[in-house]
Amino acid sequence: MAIDEAKRCLNCKRPACMEGCPVAVRIPEFVAKVAEGDFDEAYRIITSTNSLPAICGRVCPQENQCEGKCVRGIKGEPVGIGRLERFVADYHMNHGHKDGAPAVPAGNGHKVAVIGSGPAGLTCAGDLARKGYDVTIYEAFHKAGGVLVYGIPEFRLPKAIVAKEIAKLEHFGVKIITDAVIGRAESIDELFEEGFEAVFIGSGAGLPQFLHIPGENLLGVFSANELLTRSNLMKAYLPEYDTPIRIGKRVAVVGAGNVAMDAARTAKRLGADEVYIVYRRGMEELPARKEEVHHAQEEEVIFKVLNNPVEIIGDENDKVTGIKVVKMELGEPDASGRRKPVAIEGSEYVIDVDSVIIAIGTSPNPLILTTTPGLEATKKGGIVASDETGATSRPGVFAGGDAVTGAATVIKAMGAGKVAAAGIVDYLANK
Amino acid sequence: MFKIVSKRPLNEAKTVVEFVIEAPLVARKARPGQFIIFRLDEYGERVPVTIAAADTEKGTVTIMVQPVGQTTRMLNLLEAGDSIADFVGPLGRPTNMEGLKRVCVVGGGVGNAIAYPVAKGMHDLGIEVDMVAGFRSKDIVILEDEMRAGVTNLYITTDDGSYGEAGFNVTKMKALLDAGNQYDEVMCVGPTRMMQRVCDATKEYGIKTIVSMNPIMLDGTGMCGACRLTVGGETKFACVDGPEFDGHLVDWDGIIKRSTYYADEEKAAMDHICRITGGVREHG
Repeated sequence: MAIDEAKRCLNCKRPACMEGCPVAVRIPEFVAKVAEGDFDEAYRIITSTNSLPAICGRVCPQENQCEGKCVRGIKGEPVGIGRLERFVADYHMNHGHKDGAPAVPAGNGHKVAVIGSGPAGLTCAGDLARKGYDVTIYEAFHKAGGVLVYGIPEFRLPKAIVAKEIAKLEHFGVKIITDAVIGRAESIDELFEEGFEAVFIGSGAGLPQFLHIPGENLLGVFSANELLTRSNLMKAYLPEYDTPIRIGKRVAVVGAGNVAMDAARTAKRLGADEVYIVYRRGMEELPARKEEVHHAQEEEVIFKVLNNPVEIIGDENDKVTGIKVVKMELGEPDASGRRKPVAIEGSEYVIDVDSVIIAIGTSPNPLILTTTPGLEATKKGGIVASDETGATSRPGVFAGGDAVTGAATVIKAMGAGKVAAAGIVDYLANK
Repeated sequence: MFKIVSKRPLNEAKTVVEFVIEAPLVARKARPGQFIIFRLDEYGERVPVTIAAADTEKGTVTIMVQPVGQTTRMLNLLEAGDSIADFVGPLGRPTNMEGLKRVCVVGGGVGNAIAYPVAKGMHDLGIEVDMVAGFRSKDIVILEDEMRAGVTNLYITTDDGSYGEAGFNVTKMKALLDAGNQYDEVMCVGPTRMMQRVCDATKEYGIKTIVSMNPIMLDGTGMCGACRLTVGGETKFACVDGPEFDGHLVDWDGIIKRSTYYADEEKAAMDHICRITGGVREHG
């Protein structure tokens, strides 16, 4: 089936699909190898630019990237590039390399510290380790993987796959230190004192945003980060794990990105009967991957679009009983280019729910910025870093991913990790 | 893994137990007022505990735990030489001691285990510290010798009058204020209602009051928002903005309700460990 799908590729002279890929996977080349049935070579081609293919194949928004640019998609279905990538990665995971494990390059003696083991950090570490750099990753949690383990649920990205991708990095000599909060236990300056020559910050987005409406601290209101961390990292849904989790029977998820879809589908799996996505814009503006929206709809998540929450209502014990929303209509395009939602006066009504999950994004964690002198911040609290090299305002310090951009996608973070790895190579070569 | 170097009960009733844990990375930077998060094993939950002391040379961190919940009771089943899976920190902001000359520290029950390192830290800096340590009764008094050595004046109160002065710590604090003692600040750690009462009292005297909060937490690095509370009308995260806050600005009622969210689950878990495993995990 994969071979048949791969044969649909027209092998365009100027492959638009590659332009759409943040890590520039050589798509037509790997697809051609799949068509020939040479899955090992296909894997080698993918991993020459992408160190986490099993993950990308599952979580990338392909419709906005490779598949969105595929010429085949103009008339009919684009080539299923994401699924092919996933197939090749899984095939490799199950069958291993024809010629045994890939050779580990000789060390070049340069020490690099990577802060955070999410997609940005893993990619940066992987690229550097494959070139012989001595890389140490510092992870604040007890388990490596960042958003891949605490945020994205098992049903979308099996944790065994993440663990295997991380084991591959360790094969290349990457050291991972868990339970290490950089900014508290050690500062970036101390990492330099310890002999690291460059530091990459991939510490992620961090602080969940709230709506700042009445009732947000009632019992039964969570951030999506909290719900997902309890479920994914702490495995609270399994009886043998100690961490508690409690979700009601009727759940409103506020927001409509990938995290909101994950939260809604997790709530369903935790036993909620009715789950609503409450979103102030329309279906057209929905920011989640199409596939996630499709899955959520199939699982009977109810989409309440053009509904903006104004208040969360509780009973005498402060337990959530409902969420008051106002209906919206779309006006003129706003700064983001999307049509601005405008409240319809007097249209407020209450949706009866006993839990509310806030999934409206995150803002960068200030921990590293506030403990690293000379690191410039953006207005929104992100770290200022070059798009071309990942370099920050401090020599030797590089950054990328959500810590720079605020909440974005796994693949964008990987792209930034890749750019920074190249930036670090250049920096150390010219130092 | 993080090794338990030593373990000892801090009072005859054994309601508070001190653990010294080998954690060099945490020990190096720990400051009074900060906390750690520990996890027993793969199945464990992440539990925040205030740092009581740290020894940079030995690379150890001391914590004082009241074995009342599922995880703390299971921790209490471990002995010196055993190890726990995770011990991460230091987390939170250290106590601000700048510009202080004279402070009254008020501790309630096990809260004294948190208040003491802060009081001692202040005293070490040359700040004059009057400490009022309140307990329910004599058998649960902790750290008397340490507190007496670590602060300027120590006043112990017990609710039932079985030791020290009879009455609540709040009453004693008020008596000190009424006697004309001037403080730059009152620092207060204990059960939520007690801290609220202290804050109500100090408001009348117009003394700035700092409280140390211990809400439900998960990651402890600002990521989940479970520990959020309202301070001065703004949402704050105890793990990164605190754990210490201006007590006169804290929304106390909101905090008390939020801390009860998982009470049913905790009770069920306790029944479970007592009934099924006798406290020791059967798997893993």
